[in-house]
Amino acid sequence: MLINEFLLLGAVLFCIGVYGVIARKNAVLVLMSIELILNSVNINLLAFDRLHAVDTAGGNDGSVFALYIIAVAAAEVGVGLAMVLLIFRNRKTISLDDLSEMKG
Amino acid sequence: MGWFLEHAWLIPATPGAAFAVIILFGKRMPRGGSEVGLASMLAALVLSAGTAYQWIARVNDSHEEVPAALSRWEWFRIGDLKVSIGSHIDGLAAVMLLLVAFISTLVQLYSMEYVRGDRRYTHFFAAITLFSAGMLTMVLAPNMVQLLLGWEIMGLCSFLLIGHWWEERANSEAALKAFWTVRVGDMGLLVGIAMLLAIFHTLEIGAINEAAAAGEFDNKNLLMWAAVALFIACIGKSGQFPLHTWLPDAMAGPTPVSSLLHSSTMVVAGVFLVARLYPVFHVGLDMNIAGQRFNLIAVIGGITVLIAAGLAFVQNDIKKVLAYSTVSQLGYMMMGLGVGAWTAAVFHIFTHAFFKCCLFLCAGSVSHTASHHSFDMKKDMGGLRKKMPVTFAAWMAATAALCGLPFVSGFFSKDEIIDSAKNNDYKVFYIVGIVGAFMTTAYMTRATYLTFFGKARGGAAHFVHDENARDSSWQITVPLVILGSLALVSGYLNAPIFKWHWFETWTESSIGLPLGEGIFAAPHPPEFSWVSTAPGLALVAAGFGVSLLLCRAVFGEGTSGLRGLTERNVVLRAGHKFLVNKYYLDALYERVVVRGIAHPISRAAYWTNQNILDGIVNAVGQGGRRTGDLVYKYIDQGLVDGAVNGSGTTASGAGGALQPVQSGKVNMYGALLFGAAAVGGLVLVLVNS
Amino acid sequence: MLFAADIEVAQTIGFGIIAAFMIAGALNVVLSKNVVHAALSLVMVMAGAAAQYLLLAAEFVAVTQVLVYIGAVMVLFLFGVMLTRAKLGKDTDLNNDKGWAFGLPISVLLLGVMGYVLLDGFKDTKISGSGEGRIGSAANVLLSDRIFSTYALPFWALSFVLLAAVIGAIVLARKD
Repeated sequence: MLINEFLLLGAVLFCIGVYGVIARKNAVLVLMSIELILNSVNINLLAFDRLHAVDTAGGNDGSVFALYIIAVAAAEVGVGLAMVLLIFRNRKTISLDDLSEMKG
Repeated sequence: MGWFLEHAWLIPATPGAAFAVIILFGKRMPRGGSEVGLASMLAALVLSAGTAYQWIARVNDSHEEVPAALSRWEWFRIGDLKVSIGSHIDGLAAVMLLLVAFISTLVQLYSMEYVRGDRRYTHFFAAITLFSAGMLTMVLAPNMVQLLLGWEIMGLCSFLLIGHWWEERANSEAALKAFWTVRVGDMGLLVGIAMLLAIFHTLEIGAINEAAAAGEFDNKNLLMWAAVALFIACIGKSGQFPLHTWLPDAMAGPTPVSSLLHSSTMVVAGVFLVARLYPVFHVGLDMNIAGQRFNLIAVIGGITVLIAAGLAFVQNDIKKVLAYSTVSQLGYMMMGLGVGAWTAAVFHIFTHAFFKCCLFLCAGSVSHTASHHSFDMKKDMGGLRKKMPVTFAAWMAATAALCGLPFVSGFFSKDEIIDSAKNNDYKVFYIVGIVGAFMTTAYMTRATYLTFFGKARGGAAHFVHDENARDSSWQITVPLVILGSLALVSGYLNAPIFKWHWFETWTESSIGLPLGEGIFAAPHPPEFSWVSTAPGLALVAAGFGVSLLLCRAVFGEGTSGLRGLTERNVVLRAGHKFLVNKYYLDALYERVVVRGIAHPISRAAYWTNQNILDGIVNAVGQGGRRTGDLVYKYIDQGLVDGAVNGSGTTASGAGGALQPVQSGKVNMYGALLFGAAAVGGLVLVLVNS
Repeated sequence: MLFAADIEVAQTIGFGIIAAFMIAGALNVVLSKNVVHAALSLVMVMAGAAAQYLLLAAEFVAVTQVLVYIGAVMVLFLFGVMLTRAKLGKDTDLNNDKGWAFGLPISVLLLGVMGYVLLDGFKDTKISGSGEGRIGSAANVLLSDRIFSTYALPFWALSFVLLAAVIGAIVLARKD
């Protein structure tokens, strides 16, 4: 197999995720798009891990960091959804359009 | 190696476990968990006493250099770096263990009465137990990581304890101030540890000290900066100038906390760190080499001695007087270390703990029993000596020790520091030392006069005129008596005047440097002579006399021309105001640092945002609109309607497309972020290909 | 030139099928008009990713992916959808007006840049789907060794992040 197969798959998923982050209005869907981005990064990490599996004695760093990213993503979803829930409770909507108090 | 030396790790572990028990089950216990705290501290005291005893036996049995007693277990590994946890017992550690366990036990006994009925009684004991555990962990740390662990536990607990009555805003602010000020210094500790690791490739304190003392390092400059960074941590923790401002505010906590904080734990940690890593500082800062008059540690210590003693004069709050006195005495310790008087400085930690703890507990006793929980000497105290004989006696003993009257403990430690400064050619610090002694006596005379003599005022008046009023109960007076007696006699462990040098013998292996001449050697402590002590003693007597006369004149009965002088005389009033405002240091930090640096940055950012970014957006938008307008005005007439409409839409579209840049919408910021990343990547690709 | 033996036909075909499913799922996540469908498509993408990890001989990560993402994170998402009372059927109000006008050019540009860089940089560098290197339980032993020795500190830091996230989530979502 070529490493580029995996890397390009990662790139495609990343860009789809970016599209989602930009185009979606619903906060839950934006969080899902972020998950897509994180997953694409994980695919890249593991592909590189495999690339270096043969030649270096250390190796395995990619897997380690993929695991850490999975854990961080879980934390991020937990906090993110809690925030979405709080916003929903206070405003009865989770449309990101309505959250523009930061307008300059 | 004896059992106690091997199992020294139990000393911090016991209160640590007690903390867990108190916080989990304390509320259901008959005495709210305080019995667990006291029992654990007693156990720690017994263990430390055993450790100290076995260490002394070890020193006495051996005729050569005594190695430290180490027991270590691997804690974790990062790559090749192994970090251990365990205990490193030598003279310094044994002294400190005994001291901390002893003072903590007495303070806990005292607290059982003092904070009785408090709404967070259990939490108070949990925090104070963990606090002692933190200090004990730090004291016997075999490596810098464990030291940092204990250091930070103490920082956290001091925050909890100072803010114990957080319902009052001033208290929680004092807690935050203490926490953040110490944190500023802690950055230095982290940086210093990292630099030590870079220089010596190890974090073991023993190994670092040996390598530094033997000159086994590549880069002298780096070692100097490591010493400076570590010393910044000590400045923060030990309340040295210019980070001393948190210490007096820390009086917001309950009195037992103040006494624990200011005698044997927390503030001593900084001095302890310098003593612990003495070779690093000694070599890094070139101490005691020929011709050196100043070094960083001595200068900071010396400044602290004088400015803190000056501030102690104008305080009306008895605890604040004691707080500034602590700062000043810590300055003595730092100065002692800076001028090469290691033994004297460590001995001063030892004696100071007893008398300062005693003074704080006396202040607490007065406030608790006599003056309705007020600490204001001018309003609520005075004339208490007859009604509170035990408290008064303990206070006088501790005051005598603090002032360094001959043949009580402060005399043997403080004058040793002053003597060493003279002996090691630090003339300036010799003068600072004796002037400091003068000021110490003067402000303590003032505090004593206001509290125990003269006419009873405010809360104290009720107490003095009450027939049934008695001194405080036994939980309070027993610690006072013990500490007061120790304040008198503890100095005899190291009394050069009688050629008694036990303390020196037991601890000298901890210096980590050979004694004698040369760059990598610490100087011998000087011989005792009345000649070099006499000026200091004369000034102490002068301080007592001058202050007593002034006090009688200003605060005594009858009228005097001196009364209210600070209000009438311009020069004195200015000086008084300067001192009352703490040399305007708080104002400096608040106004200059925060307003002067942080605010302009945020204002500049705001201005950029408002004027430049908005300007660009608006300009582009308006430019587009104006183009549209122009197009509409001039070209419209002759052109097809469709084209006109199209250009109008383009114009407002351009404005509309750029306006969302400041929209406050998450999606747009995401689009900008990723768009910028894409463009940036494209530019990089184009540049590189 | 690439020969059949070099490119490991079976794995490549497997990769292609899974990748097609993943991309289709991902597109559905960002385009679907139904929030629940989007969430279920995300499950497909994540399961596909787990399968890709297996192809890359990272069994442990694959299992973790299934447990954490499909097991926990997706349940969270579905709860989020439920608690925020999203419409269960079609919902036309999920996208920004003109959202595609920004999203499409930016993501296509990003894809172009990344694709060019990857193709230019790695050309036909090969990785082995099987046989060589560390595979099987030995790989997992090595992995755990790395986590608990070399990368012990990030591991700790991570445990604090998770703790903070747990507390933060409780504080944020509490009713009072």
